[in-house]
Amino acid sequence: MPLRLLRFAISKVYPEPRMFRRHGELKPSYDAVIIGAGGHGLAAAYYLARDYRMTNVAVLDRSYIGGGNTGRNTAIIRSNYLTPEGVAFYDESVKLWQDLAVDFDLNLFYSARGHFTLAHTDASVRTMRLRAEVNKHFGVESELVSPDEIQAACPEMDLNCGGHTPVLGALYHKPGAIARHDAVAWGYGRGADQRGVEIHQQTEVLGIDVESGKVKGVMTSRGYIFTRKVLSAAAGYTPRLLDMVGLRSPICVHPLQALVTEPMKAWLDPIIVSGSLHIYVSQSARGELVMGASLDPYEVHSTRSTLDFLEGLAMHMLELFPFLSEVKANRQWAGMADMTPDFAPIMGTTPVEGFYVDAGWGTWGFKATPVCGKTMSYTLANDRNHPLITSFNLARFANYELTGEKGAASVGH
Amino acid sequence: MKLMPCPINGWRPVSEFQYRGEVREMPDPASCTDAEWADYVFNRTGSPGIKREWWCHIPSNTWFIAERDTAADRVLRTWAYGEAAQ
Repeated sequence: MPLRLLRFAISKVYPEPRMFRRHGELKPSYDAVIIGAGGHGLAAAYYLARDYRMTNVAVLDRSYIGGGNTGRNTAIIRSNYLTPEGVAFYDESVKLWQDLAVDFDLNLFYSARGHFTLAHTDASVRTMRLRAEVNKHFGVESELVSPDEIQAACPEMDLNCGGHTPVLGALYHKPGAIARHDAVAWGYGRGADQRGVEIHQQTEVLGIDVESGKVKGVMTSRGYIFTRKVLSAAAGYTPRLLDMVGLRSPICVHPLQALVTEPMKAWLDPIIVSGSLHIYVSQSARGELVMGASLDPYEVHSTRSTLDFLEGLAMHMLELFPFLSEVKANRQWAGMADMTPDFAPIMGTTPVEGFYVDAGWGTWGFKATPVCGKTMSYTLANDRNHPLITSFNLARFANYELTGEKGAASVGH
Repeated sequence: MKLMPCPINGWRPVSEFQYRGEVREMPDPASCTDAEWADYVFNRTGSPGIKREWWCHIPSNTWFIAERDTAADRVLRTWAYGEAAQ
């Protein structure tokens, strides 16, 4: 090591820059406690501090910042959903994404690529047409395109799929983008931290104290905290937290796996999704192909990977891109997806006063990070649901008012 | 390859089976309240644990019940509906 560099390293004038402050003990009480230091939890903390001046807030995580589904998703951002509620909500999110990097002063590697959802059957062409019309009605750039247009945007694709499931068209969504997911959690975390929010990692919530229907405090692995407001933003751990306050929900946890290949020269500009083949793929700034497929077929509460997934994904990927047969898979991983029966999230107030949820984000949560932070901070600060999330309330199940997003959310990320 | 014991066909690859959700008691639709019915239709036991689940062996269309640890993904025992556990 050159001496100059060593001198720099031990210099007190240039201390090692840190993203976050280190905290000692937990305070005895906070105005609000957020469980889960992922993108959603930290975004809520950030907007609470920035927009509502609530800074006596603790964000707790049993592990480390962004170590859950925030760091495990495939980083795709889009708003071409199916229901009016969904389109309005996700479109607000896409707009927030676009100037987030400036807001944070941190490069999020936000890259608008265009997003193709392929249709291999007449039925899916009809669904794409419906989605395009709903999207356009709400001002979202989305249109049905022909196989020729797809081929022009992605000349490497075999649109014939080996002859047995030819591509008939696609839903094209120009603002579809990818971003660096860790940086999103760090950006929100640093922004919240600078405004006084405390982020406590390695702090597990063991119980939530509820007295006559109101939140009183939180028992953690590092002691008891008094608080009147708790936000659960813990993805796959949500059912365990709901048990602590005696609430039931339709959430069922399934692992969602993904993988990246070895890096290669840039050849794939757009994001490609096929609902019929159950796959999606994009190429990262490092040149790796980031690939995903459908959920694991049964409930599991762990982040293990399976060979079945790798085989299934590779088989379908080769139908679209036969030349990838020589490419090696580098890493494979899983996240715990909290699935709901209508493929829409569960957000807002609950029957327990002071207990709020931001959950049911299944396989579609990353793209919604900014708008979830905005709407949940509003909900916490004002103790009433933000207008954009009223149709996502937990009460919709008891009232038989579901928000059917399956057609747009299942594999299309 | 992960294996699972079918009560009729013995040990088979798990890819031959389909998961059909936890075993639940249906309340009497004629006498239960709307809230009880909604709870039955939508709500599930979402936390990890040892659960009883419906499974189907697809090639032989055999429906049966499995007791499984959903945290460790380990099948503890399986039995056909109405029969004693294996």
